[in-house]
Amino acid sequence: MSRTVSRRKLLASTAAGAAAVAMRFPAPAIAQAAPFRLGLLTVKTGPLAQGGILMEQGVLTYLKEKNYTLGGRKTDLFTADTGGNPAGAKTKAQELVERDKVDAIVGPLAAFELYAISEYIIQQKMPTLSLAAADNLTQRTPNPFLLRASATSSQATQPLGHYAATELKHKRTVTVSEDFAFGHEQMGGYQAAFAKDGGCVVNKLWPPLVTPDYTPYIAQIGDCDSVCQGFAGSNPLRFMKQYANAGMKYPVLAGEAGADDFLLKSFGDEALGLVSAAPYTLDLESDGNQRFVSGMLKNFDAIPGQYAALLYGNCQVLDAGLHAAGGDISDKEKFMAVLKNVSLTDTPRGPLKFDHLNNVIGTIYIRRTGREGAKYGLKLWNKTIKTYENVSQFWTWPEREFLAHPVYSRDYPPLMKC
Amino acid sequence: MTVRYALLAAAILALIAVPYAITEQYYVNIASQILLYAVFALGLNILVGYGGLVSLGHAGLSGAASYAAAYLLAAGHGHVVAIAGALAAGLLTTAGFAALSLRASGISFIMITLALGEIIWGLAYRWISITNGDNGISVATRPAPFGLSLASADGFYDATLIVFLIAVAACAIFVHSPFGAALAGTRDQPRRMNALGFHVWMVRFWAFMFSGLLSAVAGILFVYYNEFISPQALALTASAEGLLMVISGGAGTLLGPVVGAALVVIVKNVVSAYIARWNFLLGAIFVLIVVFMPEGLVPGSVRLFRAAWRGARRRKPAAAAAAPASMPAGEPKP
Repeated sequence: MSRTVSRRKLLASTAAGAAAVAMRFPAPAIAQAAPFRLGLLTVKTGPLAQGGILMEQGVLTYLKEKNYTLGGRKTDLFTADTGGNPAGAKTKAQELVERDKVDAIVGPLAAFELYAISEYIIQQKMPTLSLAAADNLTQRTPNPFLLRASATSSQATQPLGHYAATELKHKRTVTVSEDFAFGHEQMGGYQAAFAKDGGCVVNKLWPPLVTPDYTPYIAQIGDCDSVCQGFAGSNPLRFMKQYANAGMKYPVLAGEAGADDFLLKSFGDEALGLVSAAPYTLDLESDGNQRFVSGMLKNFDAIPGQYAALLYGNCQVLDAGLHAAGGDISDKEKFMAVLKNVSLTDTPRGPLKFDHLNNVIGTIYIRRTGREGAKYGLKLWNKTIKTYENVSQFWTWPEREFLAHPVYSRDYPPLMKC
Repeated sequence: MTVRYALLAAAILALIAVPYAITEQYYVNIASQILLYAVFALGLNILVGYGGLVSLGHAGLSGAASYAAAYLLAAGHGHVVAIAGALAAGLLTTAGFAALSLRASGISFIMITLALGEIIWGLAYRWISITNGDNGISVATRPAPFGLSLASADGFYDATLIVFLIAVAACAIFVHSPFGAALAGTRDQPRRMNALGFHVWMVRFWAFMFSGLLSAVAGILFVYYNEFISPQALALTASAEGLLMVISGGAGTLLGPVVGAALVVIVKNVVSAYIARWNFLLGAIFVLIVVFMPEGLVPGSVRLFRAAWRGARRRKPAAAAAAPASMPAGEPKP
């Protein structure tokens, strides 16, 4: 700890200084050539692993397609498995940021994971392109370093509510969804938009995330024109089967995860007629989607759904942002501003751009599940029957009016007598 | 005994040196996590190892403290109020747990603690006006006691280390006190202890309270470390993980839970970066522990080490003949 400088130290530091000067000339070239370090926060173990692995496949498909080059820079991918819990997400975000020194993060999957790292990504100024749908992070408590190119929970169910009321002419709906924030926000969006066009949600059922048997909930469904389910993961499979087995005939509507295209191979006849709303649809006829789907089939022999498609889209946004910034991401605030201005037309989900709160504005597809048009060896197919273009997270409400009400929850909007 | 103290001093010095030896912030954070989970496991070990009462609801106790701290901080109170409130909430919850679950023992005790833990988890999940449901509560700042900021990885590690050392010392004193002996007595021979005039229920109750205190402290560290709390931290898996730490390290030993915490945290957070199937690995390690060291890593290693040492001595016949077989007395088996 002595402060005296020995001759040896002096020599060493002089040499180091000289070396640094000598290195200065090639230094910018090295910075240009330094690979872009992309972090992926996903879930590869535990109950959410299925979606998490699809996320990784989406990212890998894009990187392979671009030969691991984003915005003209060679890209290294660092994947971390959060285990699907908030503490794991925090630790793994630290691993990516502090140990792997990543330049941007794509992921995480679940809302509670995103909430757990929200403060941290602000502290670290880490550009994060999430899949998690936690509404408020682009609404009442926006995070300047979060860009959501996927969708809020309610972004797809609000058009679904409109469609049910105006086109399907339903008057009364019973909603049933998992008892967690994603379910609450999806069903809240449906209820608010449905009510706006004269519909009425007559009952809301909330089975827990892990429910072995939905029969007690299905037994409570009645006196309605339709049932709206917002299940996620593989729960839609079990719900639809038990619903059909119970002899229920009310038409079923579903949120983005309730009829995800990757479930098509596992659904049976019970899914026929299911009407769903989603930000991505497998049947979209576009070059962007064609490239993505054939990449997924080639690399993983997997028929993708929105988990993979939206992560693929995140990488596209990042790629475009890096191009626009000329590969320079030293100033993270500036890079976020560039990313926000990205607007793409050829993503798997169609055109997308961003609002001033960093949330995507894109197309929402209303699909009906049937046999017609099935491709890739599938027996069932989600066929698009209506598209809503340029759907924002606020649906048709003015932003100020939308943000004045509380975030959609179990109790908001409240159940009305009707 | 001197060897023991030398080892202890070396261990403490090594722990103090961690932030200096490891320049990578990430690993300092991992070290902090090990220490805070070790505090949790030490608390659980008081009940499991010394009291013979296996609890599957301890995450509820630390979670109650975490939520109390996060709620008070979100309501705009200072850190002193938040920490005091968290300890109070943790202890109150523990008292409730103890009063209900100590009516039973054995399997029934496990099931009651499990049920109570699930109730706390359900409250955290459903009482949205207080807990914000599964979106959780964020904590904006870490405290800065005596002007020393805990915001950095090193600062937080130092604070956690101090708490950890106090917790280890408290456990050592507790275990070696007459009360600790009484607790071990209620584990091995509750009826005799009763006949000897000990109030078995009361002994267990206060042991539960001490265990709950350590859990609450771990809960406070947890919420400050993550700066976030959500119901997942209170789930059954979190309780079970704590139990695994205790059992794999060695229940009823002071060091066992610490080693167990290190094992679980390292496999979960560090090894998982290299091995995708890290939970298989964790499972395999536990199977190996159960097969080769059913008493846990620490006592098992000590046993193997002693056996090897004795074997080495026996191979030197001269030494063996000269010295009368002085069997090391060995620690009384808990």
